[in-house]
Amino acid sequence: MAEYKLKLEGICKSFPGVKALDNVQLSLRPGTVHALMGENGAGKSTLMKCLFGIYKMDAGEIYLDGEKIKVNNPDEAMKHGIAMVHQELQPVPARSVAENLYLGRFPVKRFGPLQVIDHKTMYEETEKWLKEVKMDFDPKAQLGTLSIGQMQSVEIAKAVSQQAKVVIFDEPTSSLSDNEVEALFRIMDDLRSKGVTMVYISHKMDEIKRIADDITIMRDGTYVGTWPAAEMTTDQIIAKMVGRELTNVYPEKENKPGDVILEVKHLSSIHEKSFQDVSFTLRKGEILGFGGLVGAQRTELMEGIFAIRGIASGEIFMHGKKLKLRHPVDAMNAGIGLITEDRRGNGIFGCLSIKDNVSVSVYNKFLRAGFILDHKRINRVVDDSIQKLSIKTPSMKEHIANLSGGNQQKVIVSRWLASDPDVLIMDEPTRGIDVGAKHEIYEIMNDLAKQGKAIIMISSEMSELLGMSDRVYVMCNGKLTGEIDQTKDMTQANVMAYATQF
Amino acid sequence: MVNTNQQKIKNFLINNGVIIVMFVLVIYTGFTSDNFFTPNNLMNILMNMSSRLVIALGIAGCVITAGCDLSAGRMIGFGGCIAGTLLQRMDYSNKFFPDMQPLNVFLVVLIVMGICAAFGTVTGFFIAFLNVPPFIATLAMMEIIYGICMIYTGATPLGGYVKEYTDVAGGKFIGINFLIWIAIFVAIISWFIFNMTRHGKYMYAIGGNPQAAEVAGVPVKKTLILIYMKAAAMYGLAGFMLGAKAGGASVMLGYGYEMEAIAACTIGGVSVTGGRGKVSSAVIGVAVFELLKVALQYMGVDANAQYIAIGIVIFVAISLDIRKYIAKK
Repeated sequence: MAEYKLKLEGICKSFPGVKALDNVQLSLRPGTVHALMGENGAGKSTLMKCLFGIYKMDAGEIYLDGEKIKVNNPDEAMKHGIAMVHQELQPVPARSVAENLYLGRFPVKRFGPLQVIDHKTMYEETEKWLKEVKMDFDPKAQLGTLSIGQMQSVEIAKAVSQQAKVVIFDEPTSSLSDNEVEALFRIMDDLRSKGVTMVYISHKMDEIKRIADDITIMRDGTYVGTWPAAEMTTDQIIAKMVGRELTNVYPEKENKPGDVILEVKHLSSIHEKSFQDVSFTLRKGEILGFGGLVGAQRTELMEGIFAIRGIASGEIFMHGKKLKLRHPVDAMNAGIGLITEDRRGNGIFGCLSIKDNVSVSVYNKFLRAGFILDHKRINRVVDDSIQKLSIKTPSMKEHIANLSGGNQQKVIVSRWLASDPDVLIMDEPTRGIDVGAKHEIYEIMNDLAKQGKAIIMISSEMSELLGMSDRVYVMCNGKLTGEIDQTKDMTQANVMAYATQF
Repeated sequence: MVNTNQQKIKNFLINNGVIIVMFVLVIYTGFTSDNFFTPNNLMNILMNMSSRLVIALGIAGCVITAGCDLSAGRMIGFGGCIAGTLLQRMDYSNKFFPDMQPLNVFLVVLIVMGICAAFGTVTGFFIAFLNVPPFIATLAMMEIIYGICMIYTGATPLGGYVKEYTDVAGGKFIGINFLIWIAIFVAIISWFIFNMTRHGKYMYAIGGNPQAAEVAGVPVKKTLILIYMKAAAMYGLAGFMLGAKAGGASVMLGYGYEMEAIAACTIGGVSVTGGRGKVSSAVIGVAVFELLKVALQYMGVDANAQYIAIGIVIFVAISLDIRKYIAKK
């Protein structure tokens, strides 16, 4: 038997403009749980997707039981006995548990020339595999009626039923309750005793301590090192995860935060697992950072303030006046703007022109006789913003889908500049855009702050969060866990400590 | 450069394939049959196109928001029937309201459009506020309208219209029938709404990305209701126009026209996935459809086989159209 069950060596992977993985290695001892750790964007998920054949790696080798293998797609990975429990579960909620388990490989029986699905075998087998992961719900139950934790155990049962020898768990606990997490760990313990090797991706320190045998830490797409879990303290892990100096790519700023402009009091989501009892204040001329890990509910909080998501309780004050926000239009009228995280999903109108994308929120300002659009003035405004933000495009009539991510983002920023809000919420404003465009976005943010606007910036990029913010709130699991300003020491380690509190 | 020129020609052919085929067909028919290119025939084609264009422009709004409207055909019949009952001659033996004087034609147009718009508003309400998919909501309204129309007319065909009403089709202004003027007027108004008003821009935004529209502060619900209301009013108008041309109406008036209108829109370039389409798309689509029908008639193609030809054209046209967008991705 080889020393390592699975070994990855020299893995490199580039996306346009970014080197996501640079010469990364990972060695899994047989029958162990191996924690893979790192900040958001460190490349953990990318590495696992390369292993699982979802991404095609640029360079590197994979050895299974000492033998070199090639994985071109998830199907091949499964044939090698590698299975993955995804961060975002991708089941078919409207169908039964058994159908989900056997999706794509239904057991069949022959009726002469006909192949029909053998439901009896499918249900029996499903029941058996569910028992294997200590679950005993009805294989005929509709998957959508189960809790997230139960759905996850179906995924695990699926992995087990495929005789997987290596199972990858990509942040499986991000949406689980404590009981469900404990149930998951019992299943993992059981699998370990049966000799299954597991990779466990998580940010949560206590979980790592509880379940992992070895820890590999990654940072900025590179390999930092591998250690036995028992030998590492939480502080050491955090230090290794963040351990980089801030490079000064952030423009100098001289923001002088003024009066409080926005005050949020005890805001809670209608969903129990989302943000709860969040209170904070925002001042004029301030860039307020929101830090935290993926799943900390920062986006949900901001979308709640912008009336896209439901609010169960809490109050929002602007200029000392209580706001009643039932629709994004109300928020906009109150002077709040939101640049969403998911640019493609709810930011841009892909099939519309740059002009339409910029002006969609501000038609009310450009009317003649109260109802006729004044295209001349709109053109002028759009032209101005193309100049001012140096948006690279042949003309304003170009479809926004044809622009690069950075230029698309600048178009969205132009939209909000045109509507001129007092408070601008920017959710991951520089995600997926190149360095040059990033810098330009930073300068716009500073410029706005200088004009007395207030900016809330959600950022998962630690250096950006610390480099741009005047003050930082940190969230963890839907709760505000800490406030850091420049008088207190604004360091990565502090942010991480608050972000991993629960 | 040769290469790029070839590319350009290829793109041009793909982008305008349907229209080119149409031209070839029309020119061929024109030269092989004697009386195709006569003013009379052309006017007749335009007359046929006029009501179809009004329907297509109504439905285009729904399609641009990634919806559709199956109630259009029945709404047309309903509109035609209401107009018919209010505009019969006093001396007509089968008069629907025997004792009622025929109303003013303009007033009737407004009544018809108003009633249809009211029903369209109901459809829009279900789509916007209760999130019923447009396909289902308009299907439901289609059934309801048909039922109401049957009950209202007692399923008897209407006729004996006053001269003022039939003159809407027969009368001319500068040598062009009023029907065609109405269509031109509706097209201009639609162009204005699509391009020069907030409502038009919101319509494209909702079709392009409904989530982004919500975030950008577009009044999504209001816009959707307005679209289905406006469309229904236009179907009513089209029913009124068809009644004037035929000199009569029955509940079956306009039956199946919604499908032809959707097909015409998509042939002209209104994307069923939403966000794309112009007034000119509807005009081109309707022209292609009507010219195709007439050309096939002139070429002596069997009336039943014409359906097959139309089906093939839809297949080809939409396949080409989809190619355009896939290439752009």
